[in-house]
Order: sequence, then C-alpha cells, then structure tokens
Amino acid sequence: MEHTSLLERILRGIALCVVVVFFMFPILWIVLMSFQTNDTILRVPPSFIFEPTLANYKALITGKLETSAASLEIHFLRNLGNSVLLSVGAVALSLLLGVPAAYAFARHKFRGSEDIAFTLLSFRFAPPLLVLLPLSLYFQKIGLADTYIGLIWVYQLICLPLILWIVRGYFEDISPDIEYAYRIAGHSWFTTFRKIALPLAKPGIAAAGLLAFIFAWNNFIFALVLASADKQPVTVGALAFVTASGIQYGQIASAIVLSIAPTLALALYAQRYLVEGLSLGAVKG
Amino acid sequence: MSNLTLSGITKRYAKETVLDQVSLSVDSGETLVLFGPSGAGKTVLLRLLAGVVDPDAGSVFINGEDMTGIEAEHRGIGMAFQNFALFPHMSAFDNIASPLTATRTDANSIKAGVHQVARLLKIEHVLEHAPRELSNGQKQRTALARALVGEPPVLLLDDPLRNVDAKLRFEMRLELPRLLRGRGATVIYVTQDYKEAMALGDRIAVLNAGIVEQVGTPEAIYLTPATLEIARLFGDPVINLYDVTVSATSQGRSVELSGVDIPLNNATSLNHGQACVLGIRPENISFVVQGANTSDSTIHSLPVEVEAETPLNEKIVTLAVTSGGREVLVSRPSGTPGPATGNALIDIKPGSIMLFDKSSGRRIDLSPAVGAHASTPDNSVSGQGVQA
Repeated sequence: MEHTSLLERILRGIALCVVVVFFMFPILWIVLMSFQTNDTILRVPPSFIFEPTLANYKALITGKLETSAASLEIHFLRNLGNSVLLSVGAVALSLLLGVPAAYAFARHKFRGSEDIAFTLLSFRFAPPLLVLLPLSLYFQKIGLADTYIGLIWVYQLICLPLILWIVRGYFEDISPDIEYAYRIAGHSWFTTFRKIALPLAKPGIAAAGLLAFIFAWNNFIFALVLASADKQPVTVGALAFVTASGIQYGQIASAIVLSIAPTLALALYAQRYLVEGLSLGAVKG
Repeated sequence: MSNLTLSGITKRYAKETVLDQVSLSVDSGETLVLFGPSGAGKTVLLRLLAGVVDPDAGSVFINGEDMTGIEAEHRGIGMAFQNFALFPHMSAFDNIASPLTATRTDANSIKAGVHQVARLLKIEHVLEHAPRELSNGQKQRTALARALVGEPPVLLLDDPLRNVDAKLRFEMRLELPRLLRGRGATVIYVTQDYKEAMALGDRIAVLNAGIVEQVGTPEAIYLTPATLEIARLFGDPVINLYDVTVSATSQGRSVELSGVDIPLNNATSLNHGQACVLGIRPENISFVVQGANTSDSTIHSLPVEVEAETPLNEKIVTLAVTSGGREVLVSRPSGTPGPATGNALIDIKPGSIMLFDKSSGRRIDLSPAVGAHASTPDNSVSGQGVQA
C-alpha cells in the first residue's frame, strides 16, 4: 500500500472530478436536451430548469415530426433497425471469418502469412473515400448497391482487421502446450479449437467483437454513399432532422440517446468478458 | 505394452539443427531417461514422438508401426508437460478426464477412471478445483494423472518435477518408479537432474546439442562416461578436471599432476605430448590419515592446502589447492575425519581416474586399471558410487 497524504487525496479527487465532468457533461446535456422542446433548448442563457416533455421521443416513435412549418415524416425506428441489422450482421460475419483466420495466423507460420495479415490491417489505414468511389461503381454493376449484403460486405473493411488482429494476439498468448496436451489426450484439432482455443480466447473475442460493433454502429460514410433512405442506419438517418425550417435539436438529442443505448447496453453486458485473468495460473513457465 | 524406436530423426528450425540423426530404441515396459542440458533437444524429441511436431527426416515406430503422418490423437500416448499445460478453464476433474472423454461416453466409467488415478496420486480432494486454485504440487499431480488415466502403452514425461519444490521433488522421485512400474508402460522420462535420471532410469540416454552421446545403464554412465561433458554433468560435487600432457618414458606412459606422476598402464593409444584432461571424482579422493602407513602411497599422495570445508547432510565437501595451484574437490562421508584447514595429503583411489582426449572430449579407455602402486585400502574412502 502506498501512503498518500490528505492533500494528495483531495487533489486527486478534484482532478478526477474535472476529468469526469469534462467527458460526461456533453452526454448529460444531450439527455437533458432530449426532454426539451426546441424553444427551451435555444433560450439564452441556457438553464437546467425546464418542464420535461416526451414529445421528442413520441415524434421519433410515431415517425411524425411536427415543425413550426409543416408535419414531416421521418424513419427513425427503421434507421435504428437498419443499424442493428447492419452492425450485428457485419460483426457476426467478421467473427465467423476473422476468428478462424486469427487462429491460423497465430498458430501456423506459413509462407506469406505475415504479408496477408498486414494487408488486412492496411484496410484500416486507407481513407474510406479512397475505396468508396470505385466500390460504389462496382456495386452498381454487380447489383450490390443499396443492399444489406453489400453494406455488410463493405463493413468488413472496418470489422475484419480489428477482430483479426486483436483475437490473433489472444490466440498467441495461449501456450501451444495446452493445445498439444488436448490433442495427445485423443481429440481432433477441430475439437481442440472448439474446446480449448475458443474458450481461452473468449475475453479477446468479446472485446474485439464489441469494438467492431461500436465501429460498425458509428460508421457514417459508407452507409451515406452506398445506401438509400430505406437502408440507412441512424448515423445517416439523423441528417433528416436538419430540415428546411431549422434544426430539430430536441429530436436529434433523443435520437442520439436512443442510438447510444444499444451500444451502451452491450458494453455493460460484455464488460465481464473483458476481464482477463482466466488463462492465468494454469501454466507455470 | 509397446516398444518404441526412433530412427534417424532430424529436426531443423530455420537453419538450426535441433536434432541430428537421433536413433534410439526403448523396450517394452522399460523406463528410458532422456538426460541433457537445456536446449539439447529433449522436449522437441518428445513432441516428435507425441506427434505434435513432425521430423524433417527419420521415423518413429511404436510397436514396429511407422507413425509418420499419424496424428497425435491416434498414437495412444500419454504425456505430462514440464509446465503442466493444464486446461485453465476446466476443473481438475475435467482435466484428468480429457483423455477418457475422447473415447468413452459413459459418464460413470469416466468418473471411476478419474477417481482411481486421483486416489493413486492423492488428489481426490481437489478434483473440483480449477487449476489456478491448485498448489504447484497438486498441479503437477493433476498433469501426471491426466497422462496416466487413459493407461497409455507409451508414456512421455517431460521433466515433470522441474517446477515443484525440492521436498516434493524428493518425494516424487521415490514414488514415481513404483507408479511407473505398476503400469507396465514404456516410459520416456526427460530430466536435467542427474539424480533423477539415476533414480528413475532403467537406462539413460544422454542428449547433447541434438546428438545422442551415450546410452547405458545409470552405473555405466556414471563410471564410464563417454565424454568429458557427460562426466561433468553426472556427479555432485562436480568431477575434478585437470588439463594434463601425456609423457611417454621407458617405464610407460603417465601424466603429471602438480609434481606427482600418475601412471597410465595400458596407454598404447596415447602419444607423448598428447593433451588430455584428467578426471577424478571427488569421492575417489581421500585425505591421508595422520600416522597411518603412507610409504606405499607416495606416488598418489599429493600435498594440498585446504581452503574451505562445506558440510552437506550426508557428506563433507572440501576445497583444497595443490602446490601447483590446481583446485581439488574432496568429498567424504559425514563423520569421517579430515582436515578443516592447513596442509594435508590426499590420496586418489586406484583405478578411479578417467582420462579424456582434450580436443575431442572423448574418454580414453584405461583398462586394465591404473594405480598398481595403490595406497593402502584403509586410507581410501570408498567411493560413494552411483548413490551420490
């Protein structure tokens, strides 16, 4: 135990408060905004005291946006559904492809394995716009433009390298002896992969899957270019709130609250898998 | 019961040859200890046998059957790893049961098998624990139980006592031979500890830098080591080694150690001026007891000055220096008299010296025994031999 003086503890507390307020205030403000009308949001000076209203959420759920000028139709719930479908689909496909590939890269050093792994990683370096233009032309040719499958495919550029590189590291950390021991005990390599490698890399797979999900969920540019209105996720759909008669801050705020809810829930749920230490203690080196 | 043959096994990693043309055979039911320093290729050899690593050349035969291309799970081998390699996410029970679940589906028979071997190894009370909750000794026993439970005809034990404390190692060294013989399995046991090798092996194969340097019974390895390196590795305290030059005179060939000539009777293969290394085990040297008749022992008696004395449990090890500045380790049983300081005379037990060629490191056969001018027997501490 370190000995800390009272002053040190107070200073540390203050520093922590400053950091928390700095990062959490925007989120708090968004949540507050989502319960206000545009008028109360835009008053000067801003105030924490207001009469809360559920009008914003109601508008999002019914799909009818009442502005001062006219009534507008929005597809927020559909966008939310698209986001879920695209992100879950993309992450599922990435896990299906990426985890076995990560295992192969971790365990088998074949000719060019490093080059292939690096090429996959390099997808993350390229600015999205670089690939978007040729991709949208291709996709129109082969009929993948404006389809869920096409979008999930493109999302692999985001998810696959992430999962591959994170999970590979976890597989490399598992002592090969543990797998050898299971093989020698009389199990095939596939059973060994399922019963030994996968469970031991689970924290890594959960972490990589969660990160990939967040990246996919927050993606904007691919969906903006490659999807039409009915396939758009929330990130693109939120543009609809910028109307001719003004920006609907209240609805934007409530849309944001609704769209961060799934990722937040998932992060809280996956947290326990992110805790490492499962693999410690069995191997004495 | 299976016999096991390795023929011409070669394994390279990148440019480095880890195993070079290794050929060995182990009889059915025999325990062969594979002994060698770190990096000698012992672990790689076991992995080749187990089938998790493939050789670049050569073949493994189990019961005369060529195992080339046969996967690890079909070889019928049990193996215990040096680092235990327990499955961290499974309980000790599931760890031990893993070889059974591969072939059996009946839960009761699996349970019975696990409990039987657990009782034998005294770990029944920790079967429900995860590996991280086990002590090192329990982990080691769990790993051993996992190797034994399927009653494999071939058992590979990769230095299983390496990572356990000294007390447990001593206990297991006594317990293991009984355990292994009771099984009737063919065993290859890897170790770096020469005492373990002596205690457990029917035969010992010494592996050094990927080459099998000597295969023989523990006695043969200790008394007639093939090379200087083997002589150095077996024995505690370590063998005394001196650079000497052979001199050939009309009376025969001899070497000189700090002014004393040591005759080498049968030395026709030795040339005058040949550089050799003289090896004398510390337990074959004794202090000359004051007042005893030393007239016969002039040839072997060496004046030394005692530098330090280290009493160990069952023996006393003394470091002395000859007039020529050569350091001598002398080991004698506890309770026998000897000087703690000052000047003394030492005797070398006749017939116990070893001579190695300096350039090749190979032992030169000196039989019939040297030392015709033997010192009186009551002056010589009888060798502690292989029980050292």
